[in-house]
Amino acid sequence: MLKKLAASMVAAFALTTGAFAAGGAGHVEDVDFSFDGPFGSFDQNQLQRGLQIYTEICASCHGLQYVPLRTLSDDGGPGLPDDQVRAYAEYYEVFDPEIDDFRTARPSDNFPGSALENAPDLSLMAKARAGFHGPYGLGINQLMKGMGGPEYIVALLSGYTGEEKEEAGAVLYENKAFPGGWIAMAPPLYGDDLEFADGHATDLHHLSEDVAAFLMWTAEPKLMARKQAGFVGVIFLTILSVLLYLTNKRLWAPVKARYKKK
Amino acid sequence: MAGIPHDHYEPKAAWEKGLAKRLPIVGLLYDTLMIPTPKNLNWMWIWGIVLTFCLALQIITGIVLVMHYTPHVDLAFASVEHIMRNVNGGAMLRYLHMNGASLFFVAVYAHIFRGLYYGSYKAPREITWIIGMLIYLLMMGTAFMGYVLPWGQMSFWGATVITGLFGAIPFIGEALQTWLLGGPAVDNATLNRFFSLHYLLPFVIAGLVIVHIWAFHTTGNNNPTGVEVRRTSKEDAEKDTLPFWPYFVIKDLFALAVILVVFFAIVGFMPNYLGHPDNYIEANPLATPAHIVPEWYFLPFYAILRAFDGDVWVVIIASTLTGGIIDAKFFGVLAMFGAIVVMALVPWLDTSSVRSGRYRPMFKWWFWLFVVNFFVLMWVGAMPAEGIYPYIALIGSTYWFAYFLVILPLLGVIEKPDAQPANIEDDFAAKASKGDAGSASPSAQPAE
Repeated sequence: MLKKLAASMVAAFALTTGAFAAGGAGHVEDVDFSFDGPFGSFDQNQLQRGLQIYTEICASCHGLQYVPLRTLSDDGGPGLPDDQVRAYAEYYEVFDPEIDDFRTARPSDNFPGSALENAPDLSLMAKARAGFHGPYGLGINQLMKGMGGPEYIVALLSGYTGEEKEEAGAVLYENKAFPGGWIAMAPPLYGDDLEFADGHATDLHHLSEDVAAFLMWTAEPKLMARKQAGFVGVIFLTILSVLLYLTNKRLWAPVKARYKKK
Repeated sequence: MAGIPHDHYEPKAAWEKGLAKRLPIVGLLYDTLMIPTPKNLNWMWIWGIVLTFCLALQIITGIVLVMHYTPHVDLAFASVEHIMRNVNGGAMLRYLHMNGASLFFVAVYAHIFRGLYYGSYKAPREITWIIGMLIYLLMMGTAFMGYVLPWGQMSFWGATVITGLFGAIPFIGEALQTWLLGGPAVDNATLNRFFSLHYLLPFVIAGLVIVHIWAFHTTGNNNPTGVEVRRTSKEDAEKDTLPFWPYFVIKDLFALAVILVVFFAIVGFMPNYLGHPDNYIEANPLATPAHIVPEWYFLPFYAILRAFDGDVWVVIIASTLTGGIIDAKFFGVLAMFGAIVVMALVPWLDTSSVRSGRYRPMFKWWFWLFVVNFFVLMWVGAMPAEGIYPYIALIGSTYWFAYFLVILPLLGVIEKPDAQPANIEDDFAAKASKGDAGSASPSAQPAE
């Protein structure tokens, strides 16, 4: 009974969860991110590059309203030194309801929201656009390759075909990754849009990957702590399981011995 | 308790006697913990502990989450992000609570299927079954309202669709829906009452769990043979049973630990696997998501709800007979709730005198088909209602009702059951003599 039930439950997850993936999105390719898989972790240099791309390009329209500026110095994030975070915060103006006016941002503030009304907030985009990797099957794909949100962002940023059309007074750009194929956002990156202090490659694909990794961090800032907790939980409970298995075996042995064939 | 003869608590020291005279709590705990339990329980009897653990986990993580959550349409989504980013351990707490709901439903479905296979619902355990069904209904209500609280897109649109079901009830529907929502549409009033009830219902569930346990401690556990424990004397009863502590506590804890390994792997490495990405977008009453899909544990019933459209002949007949009062939408609602009602009535629908499915050669096939059908319904529930899916849903829904209303009543008459063991000890001995009594490792348990 147990085996059959387990098998059918497993089969059901395989069936049902596949459905969520059918979002009608365009073409998305897997990207081998450093944070994929249970052992994966954020690449601090990549997050810092992503932050720079976000600041110089994305931030002119988009916001990160749920992300506190101070978390830029967190372990498992971009890891900026405190003085750099303070200097970075001064780059922004935020609205303060106490003085009923805008003032220079402090590390204790969040990033500002979107500057442009139609530009969605990017804080959670990497999680809200997930699902490209499934969850197919048993989730093995999702376990090993991540949830697919950053891949979608990479595909979107590098998915422009160059075609555009005008519709109801607005210009739409053709994009292979965007559901429906036409997106209102003009191509934000072309390659060589900026320069990195460390001279890292600035072609379109590298820039897309760096900013996608940064947005994965904004969506899931506790990713590394979470995986660590996962390992502690799994290892501790595995040991506990073995101990309980042995205890149980020992406990029942005399009861069963009575019925063993002599 | 249990009508099974066994040793009871005897207060010895003077203070114990004094306490027992005033508050017999030690005796109550002793009798509950030392309850005689059939020796031959297999690994499907561990879900009760898992469920108790889930309830405790959800209540504890939930109480802490409430300390940081704000039930207001403008603030709820941001307060969840505040928990995920600023609260110490908040992301872990929230992921535990989120995935705890899924573990809860995995366990409850396994628990229900076990009851259905081994006839645990049959006399004299009908009340245990009915209380269990009530707990299950409350669980669904609690989970549904909990899913609304983060105020994401699926929260909002799920709430809109599900409360819309009440609007389908003839005559009073619209007024009822407005009353439930606290207004004409899902809004702040809805969020507030769902929050209040989401906090209340788990404690109602906890109360019912005590009644559930009380009921089956009175009748004694069922077991894989369905044969009752011998009650002729204490010696006979002891041949069939062992005290719950330590034998079954340790066994259940072992099973729980194994299940939690998987649970922690999901929470740690893919906590959003079972959720919907759209719920990371704040609720927007002006933008409907492409597909509104409920959480996985509601999908079979969602499939039944959508299976009956206006083209199905039973719907047409019902609609004609009632002069249009029962339309397709209301029929779907009736079918969905009916699916749970017929399951609750199974103690009176199953006519077989044999309790355990192990000794029912025909029943086995229908039962496993029922399980497969459950998962097929789960799958079509996640699919868009177009193409072939509505037909599959209709066939699956029909089988659901046929299983309870036709197959189970008929089987009791036409089926010739296999021979059952004379008593539980024989069953246990048969397995133990093979070198393993099914308690040492799950893989050693023969598939039933």
